[in-house]
Amino acid sequence: MSAYGAVISARFRMHLQYRAAAAAGFGTQLFWGVIRILIFGAFYRSTTAHQPMTYPQVVTYIWLSQALMRLIPWYAGDPDVRAAIRTGAVAYELLRPVDLYWTWFVRIIGASLAETALRAIPMFLVAGLFLGLQAPPSWASAGAWGLAMIGVVLLAGAMVTLLSVTMMWTISGEGVTYIVPTLAIVFSGLIVPLPFFPDWAQPILNVLPFRGMLDIPFRLYMGHIPSGQALPLFAQQMAWAVALIVIGRLLLARGTRRLVVQGG
Amino acid sequence: MFPVKGISGPPVQVGGGCSLLSPIVVENLVKTFRVAEREPGMWGAVRGLVRRRHRRVRALGGISFAVEPGELVGYIGPNGAGKSTTVKVLSGILVPDSGRCEVLGRVPWRERIALVRQLGVVFGQRTQLWWDLPVIESFDLLRAIYRVSERDHIRARDELIALLDLAPLLDVPVRQLSLGQRMRCDLAAALLHSPKLLFLDEPTIGLDAVSKLAVRDFVRRLNRERGVTVILTTHDMDDIEALCTRVIVIGEGRILSDGTLDDLRRRVTTERWLIVDLLEDDEVSDAQATVISREGSRVCLRFDPEEVAPAALIARITARHAVRDLFVENPPIEEIIARMYRGAAP
Repeated sequence: MSAYGAVISARFRMHLQYRAAAAAGFGTQLFWGVIRILIFGAFYRSTTAHQPMTYPQVVTYIWLSQALMRLIPWYAGDPDVRAAIRTGAVAYELLRPVDLYWTWFVRIIGASLAETALRAIPMFLVAGLFLGLQAPPSWASAGAWGLAMIGVVLLAGAMVTLLSVTMMWTISGEGVTYIVPTLAIVFSGLIVPLPFFPDWAQPILNVLPFRGMLDIPFRLYMGHIPSGQALPLFAQQMAWAVALIVIGRLLLARGTRRLVVQGG
Repeated sequence: MFPVKGISGPPVQVGGGCSLLSPIVVENLVKTFRVAEREPGMWGAVRGLVRRRHRRVRALGGISFAVEPGELVGYIGPNGAGKSTTVKVLSGILVPDSGRCEVLGRVPWRERIALVRQLGVVFGQRTQLWWDLPVIESFDLLRAIYRVSERDHIRARDELIALLDLAPLLDVPVRQLSLGQRMRCDLAAALLHSPKLLFLDEPTIGLDAVSKLAVRDFVRRLNRERGVTVILTTHDMDDIEALCTRVIVIGEGRILSDGTLDDLRRRVTTERWLIVDLLEDDEVSDAQATVISREGSRVCLRFDPEEVAPAALIARITARHAVRDLFVENPPIEEIIARMYRGAAP
């Protein structure tokens, strides 16, 4: 097991201990999924205009987002990193023969994968069997979705790690970084699927990184975006991920130079 | 040899000589922190929104020393003197403003990853173990992080488990350990990769007497039997007296003294204490000695052996009083250090 593998595995195992939180999370997300579907159901019944997605597609989109929402940047930075910076435990992280950036990066990925696994597996089962979550229309769509999910994990990991790094300046991590999760929740399509946004907004949504965290993989899954476009979209996800990683690493290099270890 | 400025008088030459093999060489190290300040109260908080005032705090004001292989150096000073800052610069966590520093032949902040692979560090006030995982799993993770081979890991681990008596603790989550148990596990964690250099930052802080003895005993064996070079910062003078051959005293970011414990004593004071157990309840007094304390029948007198020979003083006292027992001793090291700190205060 590599050093970074060890970090992921530690974080993963730690999160598996929080079974009660996962069960509660599953219940909450099931509830909200039903509410969202009721709202969209009312909307579809009251309109005759052509909509960008069919009703079954919206239902699938909603259940996918309820199952996988923990993968988007949910936190304004890793809470463990915040704690480490606040208490000065970051000193111990620097004492390990590993790159601090990659440690933080793989750790948040470990956490979000663990949280997601605990919620997504039961959600796929329940929603797939009883609540209208459809399977991908083809193997190609399923493969395109899988590829885009890798993109999601890396992109969201890079964004949360960048927010973690900014805590070296703000210490508490409370402040502008809180805006980012909100933007991510809206502009990834978690609240309203992106195809329902007005036409003038589409070009903006297309260049923002948030689309690559939810909308792209879900529409690939349903075949709403043909699987042939999977590679260029994956390239877009990766371009954003690389950009966020580069910025994060540069900031971290500056941050460690001016590091003050809190609490002596 | 590094000239080190004494608290009074001319610079004195103390401490070990510097050789190419010195695991630690520090020259003229300076580190300042920028600390944001705000006035207390609501108004101060509001003003702080608009204008931040910053103050520069000098943690290290140009310190120099070298440590030889196999030394066990006590690094002491009052709170805020710069002890932990030094340890953090030496281990590559903090970047100093200026000065030269080499640890195991590397510049810590430039080659942090290569250096920490050969370094063991314990901060007594923190833990490097994973809070929610059983101890043994933390050890396994550290093996992966340090890339120690399975065979070396098992050997080092089992040896440490035996030495520190960790067997009953291995399956307990770290959060459930007592402070003493956790410290023993932290010591083991810092040594799993068999470092040749060990930094201990207040390893006995908050421990009970038994745990302190266990930690001291372990550190002593590590140093004597395995030749591990140790830098120990502490406020516990018993640690220093039990372990350290050499003591560096730091105050306000400067080295006040560097040498053996005896050197340190001689530099601060030459006085001795004469402790007398009386048979009867007399008043004791002498022209060349001062009574500094009295507890029941035990009287403690302070005298300067250059002014009065101990034998002469003892002869006078025993002639005047009925004495059950008496002995001469050095003032306790706490006393010496306290005087040195006071001397350093501006």
